[in-house]
Amino acid sequence: MYAYDAYDHALVRERVNEFRGQVKRRLSGDLTEEEFRPLRLMNGLYLQLHAYMLRVAIPYGTLSSKQLTTLAHIARVYDKGYGHFTTRQNLQYNWPKLEDAPDILAELAAVEMHAIQTSGNTIRNVTADHFAGAAADEVEDPRPWAELIRQWSTLHPEFSFLPRKFKIAVTASPHDRAAVRFHDIGLILYNDPEKGRGFEVIAGGGMGRTPFVGPTIRKYLQPEHLLSYLEAILRIYNEWGRRDNIYKARIKILVHEFGMDKFRHAVEEEWQRIKDGPLQFAAEEEVRIREHFSPPAFEDVALSSEQDEKAMAENPDFAAWVKANIHPHKARGYAIATISLKPHGGIPGDATADQMETVADLGKLYSFDEIRVTHEQNLVLPHVRKADLFALWTILSHHGLASANAGLLTDIIACPGLDYCSLANARSIPLAQKIAARFDDLKRLHHIGPLKIKISGCINACGHHHAGHIGILGVDKKGEERYQLMLGGSGAEDATIGQITGPGFDEEGIVDAVETVVNTYLHRRSEGEEFLTAYRRLGPGPFKEALYGAR
Amino acid sequence: MSEHIITANNLRDGRVVYLTRDEGWSNNPDKAWVAATPEEVARLSGMAGLAAAANVVVGAELIPVIKEAGHVRPARNRELIRALGPTVRTDLGNQAV
Ligand code: SF4
Repeated sequence: MYAYDAYDHALVRERVNEFRGQVKRRLSGDLTEEEFRPLRLMNGLYLQLHAYMLRVAIPYGTLSSKQLTTLAHIARVYDKGYGHFTTRQNLQYNWPKLEDAPDILAELAAVEMHAIQTSGNTIRNVTADHFAGAAADEVEDPRPWAELIRQWSTLHPEFSFLPRKFKIAVTASPHDRAAVRFHDIGLILYNDPEKGRGFEVIAGGGMGRTPFVGPTIRKYLQPEHLLSYLEAILRIYNEWGRRDNIYKARIKILVHEFGMDKFRHAVEEEWQRIKDGPLQFAAEEEVRIREHFSPPAFEDVALSSEQDEKAMAENPDFAAWVKANIHPHKARGYAIATISLKPHGGIPGDATADQMETVADLGKLYSFDEIRVTHEQNLVLPHVRKADLFALWTILSHHGLASANAGLLTDIIACPGLDYCSLANARSIPLAQKIAARFDDLKRLHHIGPLKIKISGCINACGHHHAGHIGILGVDKKGEERYQLMLGGSGAEDATIGQITGPGFDEEGIVDAVETVVNTYLHRRSEGEEFLTAYRRLGPGPFKEALYGAR
Repeated sequence: MSEHIITANNLRDGRVVYLTRDEGWSNNPDKAWVAATPEEVARLSGMAGLAAAANVVVGAELIPVIKEAGHVRPARNRELIRALGPTVRTDLGNQAV
């Protein structure tokens, strides 16, 4: 894992001290709320519906056991005993007191964490494939690049007041688990047969009010030019992005209004000017950062033992968990284990302090001290020996963490919605709970197969509803919570924006509607055909007809 | 006009509070000072402004309420959830007090 150098430590510590002074002056009345608000937001402290909310960055979703233990400790001592993992690989505390915020930030700084740039019109926490460094299908671990971007973008003086917030995601796998085409900039590292290792650069994707699947701005970029190219994109956006209308201020609107050719031309022109300057990336620098991410000392262990087969045969629950929650690892004899934070009846993405500690301990015991946070609001132990899976599952089961539903219908993304969020139009969490209750049979879930439901409580789309195979958007209709249904979205390499089916539903109606859609799929799918494939083949017609009747 | 009360968040701990008849702040809307006329509303708003200036609360806002069976209930869904706490965690927020 990346370890802070003296510069990182000093920067974060100074920021804590600075904020401590600001909070003191706010509490004594030397600063008004108007003066203080931007300062607290720069440190990730929001004011939500019920209380303050602190958003902590988890860079590229990677945590050590010690860091996760500290997050648990903060939840217990300063908050209400739990935290909420978000779709941006962040952790949110829902009840911190203003007067405690500097102490919380100091606790975070002690384990090399912070809340800088988790708000405001800046480059936000860089996200990455949550299986990075472990996935069998990746070209190489993309996190050194994400770390490089983190260092470049942290407190970048030129990009502290962008027209709007800016999100970058990185993957190095042909199977996109980081939704790179729905980010302001998405990066895919791949091996070009002729030119060698390089990035495909995507610019202008995003969800929200005006969703766009990000177009490619450059098919191939040599890695050593990554930062200068990003800088060129940010410069063009910073100069031309709209500041007159918050709804038109994201880079996606600029790319759309300019057209990609004109936008690309402007970026390339700027890039030619700066590409051989100080941002060019020396090979030694890559080596230095990559050293922090060197793979753990995997043993060459046997593929799978008779013992595992026996455990699966004797424990259908374990077998179901292995089927849904285990992914192929690049090292022989190892597996990637997803720990679902979607227990039936639970709140998607919430983990208690005890659960966080348990996962931290298991990370230490079974996964070389590493834990990952996914944008799908789950946790991951990236490097587990296959021979340890049964022991791991047994302990997870005792802590309510062994839901065998990763990637299945009840692995629902839901934003905090009107239960917590001051921008919300409708609640998301109860809906996720009701849908989960309706499909509360593991056999049925596995029979249905891979299906991603994503719910947002307003048009801001923190719950990625545009990218859900089934997407649900909460709206306010004359004071009543209503829900729009969308079908056919995808956040993967085949990124697609879901299509609205028709008139919305009330809370009960939308749960029925989801079931109608699922039943329609089950009736019409061909052998082994997954939901999204079937939807693409069938089109919206049969689903609309089932939902609204023939018209 | 419909009846209104003033809500805000405590500066120190962020808790949801309501301006009371004795010019203090309570987490119980039943104790809130209900304004029924434009004059009263103006008076309440003035007091909320003073409390914000005195760094007691932040985000003071006038919200419509409905009186029902002797209780004061925020009219809008959002404010109802604010008054109680998350509907999915009834052990938290003002409803837990
Ligand atoms: S989508 Fe809307 S309701 Fe949900 S967390 Fe984002 S801003 Fe809040």
